[in-house]
Amino acid sequence: MRRRQPGASGVPVILLVPALVGLAFLVIPLLGLLVRTPWSSLPGQLAAPGVRSALQLSLVSATLATAVSLVLGVPLAWVLARSRVPGRSMLRALVTVPLVLPPVVGGVALLLGLGRRGVLGQYLFSWFGISLPFSTAAVVLAEAFVAMPFLVVAVEGALRAADQRYEQAAATLGADRWTTFRRVTVPMVAPGIVSGAVLCWARALGEFGATITFAGNFPGRTQTVPLAVYLALQTDPQAAIVLSLLMLSVSVLVLVGLRGRWAGGLA
Amino acid sequence: MAEHPMDHARRAAALPRSNRQRTPACRVRPSGIATGRSARLSLLGLVAVLTITLAGCSASTSGAAAGPSASPKGALASPTSDRPSVPALSGNVVVFAAASLTKTFTDLAHSFESAHPGVHVQLSFGGSPTLAQQIEQGAPADVFASADQAVMAQAVKAAAIAGTPQTFATNVLEIAVPVGNPGHVTSLAAFADPSLRIAVCAVQVPCGAASAKVFAVAGITPRPDTLEQDVTAVLTKVELGEVDAGLVYRTDVAVAGAKVLGIPFPQSGAAVNIYPIAQVAHAPNPAAAVAFIDYVRGPIGRQALAQAGFGSP
Repeated sequence: MRRRQPGASGVPVILLVPALVGLAFLVIPLLGLLVRTPWSSLPGQLAAPGVRSALQLSLVSATLATAVSLVLGVPLAWVLARSRVPGRSMLRALVTVPLVLPPVVGGVALLLGLGRRGVLGQYLFSWFGISLPFSTAAVVLAEAFVAMPFLVVAVEGALRAADQRYEQAAATLGADRWTTFRRVTVPMVAPGIVSGAVLCWARALGEFGATITFAGNFPGRTQTVPLAVYLALQTDPQAAIVLSLLMLSVSVLVLVGLRGRWAGGLA
Repeated sequence: MAEHPMDHARRAAALPRSNRQRTPACRVRPSGIATGRSARLSLLGLVAVLTITLAGCSASTSGAAAGPSASPKGALASPTSDRPSVPALSGNVVVFAAASLTKTFTDLAHSFESAHPGVHVQLSFGGSPTLAQQIEQGAPADVFASADQAVMAQAVKAAAIAGTPQTFATNVLEIAVPVGNPGHVTSLAAFADPSLRIAVCAVQVPCGAASAKVFAVAGITPRPDTLEQDVTAVLTKVELGEVDAGLVYRTDVAVAGAKVLGIPFPQSGAAVNIYPIAQVAHAPNPAAAVAFIDYVRGPIGRQALAQAGFGSP
C-alpha cells in the first residue's frame, strides 16, 4: 500500500512547503536577534554585574518550578486521565486556565491568593510569618503556576494513549495500585513525562509577567533574565539583545542535551 | 528631564504592535476611551470592559479630522455636528494627550463640547513619546498635550508643532501607603527601613529616575524589596497591601481613590514633571485647537486638573 514518495527526503511537497514556511516564521525573528547582536562588545556585556546572578536565578528557579510541577502535575494528570471523579472535564478546564490567562493577570491572581493579604496568604503571614511575594520562592511559584499546565496536558495525553491492559495485567498478578503506577504506568508514559517536563522548564525559563507581578524585581533575589532583559530594553537595547542571546543559547543547549540523553529517538 | 508620570511609552513599546496602532482617535462620545492604561487596568480585572471599549474605537483615517468645511466622516459619525452650531467653531478637534491625562481630558472634552455644540472632540491617549512620533509622522492631530517637556521639545525641533508650547500642569511624587498605613509611614525616611516592604520604580524608567533624584536630595538610601517596571505596578502592590509603602505620582494617588493613602513629602520638589500643550503644525482645525488649549489652561481646565492632583504651572 505504500505510495512512492516524491523527492529524496521523502516529504510530500504539499507538506514540505508549509513546513518550510513555518520553520522560517519561527527562525526569522531569531535571525534578527543574531544579526543585531553587538558581537564586539559581547564579552563586556556578559561580564556586566548582575548578568551571572540573573542567569543563575533563572536556571535554578526554572528547574525548581519543573520539579514542583512534576511532583504535583503527574498525579494530577493521572487523576484527569484515569480516575472517575465527577466533573473531570471541569477540572481539566481549570487546569488549563493558566495557559489562557495573560501571565500578568496570573501574577495578580497569585498575589490575591498567596500574597500577604491574600485568601490563603494572610494566614501564612499571621500564623507563620511567611510572606511569599518578593522572594525567590515566589519566582518558583509564579513559574510553576504558568508552566505546570504544559506538563499536565502532555502527561495526560500520554496516559490516555497508553494501553491500560498492561496495568490490568499487573493488577491481576497481584501488584497494588501504587506499585502498578510506579512500575508499570510511569515507565510506560516516561516519554510523555520527559517531553512535558522539557516544555514546562522552557516555559518557566522564559516566564516574565507572572514573575514580575508576584515576585517583583530585585537583582539577585527575584530578577530573572527575562526581567533583566525588559529593564535593559528601557535604556540599553544592546544589553537586552545580549541577555536574550545568552538565555537563548543556554536554553537551546539544555534542550538539545536533554533530548539527546533522555528523549533521543522519541521526539 | 525626561520624566513623565505614567511611563506609558515604554510600556507601549513592550506591547504588541497591533495594540499600539489601535490607539489613534477614539471617539469620546460613543464609547469612552481606550488607552495605554488599559493594559494596566487589566491588572484589576477590568480588561473585558476596556476591550469592548477598544473595539468601539477605530483607527481614524486622515478624513476623521476634517476641518469645518468638509467633514463627511465627522457628520456621519457624530450626531452633534448635524446640529446648527455656533458659527465660530465647528468640526472635529483631535487631541493627542499623555495617558496620565485620560480621566481629566475625557471630562474636559465633554464640557468643551457642551460649551461649543458644533465641535466634536476626539481623544487619543498614549505614552507621550509614542504620540509625538505619530504626530511627526503626520497623524491628523490638532492638539498635543505631553507629560514630558523633552518630548515636546523634540516635537518642536521636528517642526511638528505650531507656535510655542504652553505649560498647563505639573506633577510630583508622593508616598503611597495601603489603607490603614500598616507600616506607620510618615516620611521618606521610611524607605530606608529594612523591616518595611518597599516598592519603587526601577531607575531605568522615568518614575524611577525621579525617585532616585528625590532620594538623593533627601540623603536617603532606599531599601526597596522590588524595583517595578512602571509606576502603576508600584501602585498595584500598594493597593493590594503587599508593600507598606511605594513612591508614585500624586495623580496616581488621586486615581486610586480610597484604596491608598497619599503622603506628600517636602523633597518632592526636586523632581517636578512639567506638562506642555501645543497646537500641532498643519492642524486640520486650528481655530478649535486654539479654543481647546485655552479651555484647558482656563479656569475650568485648571479646576479639573487640580482635582486630579495636578499642580499649577
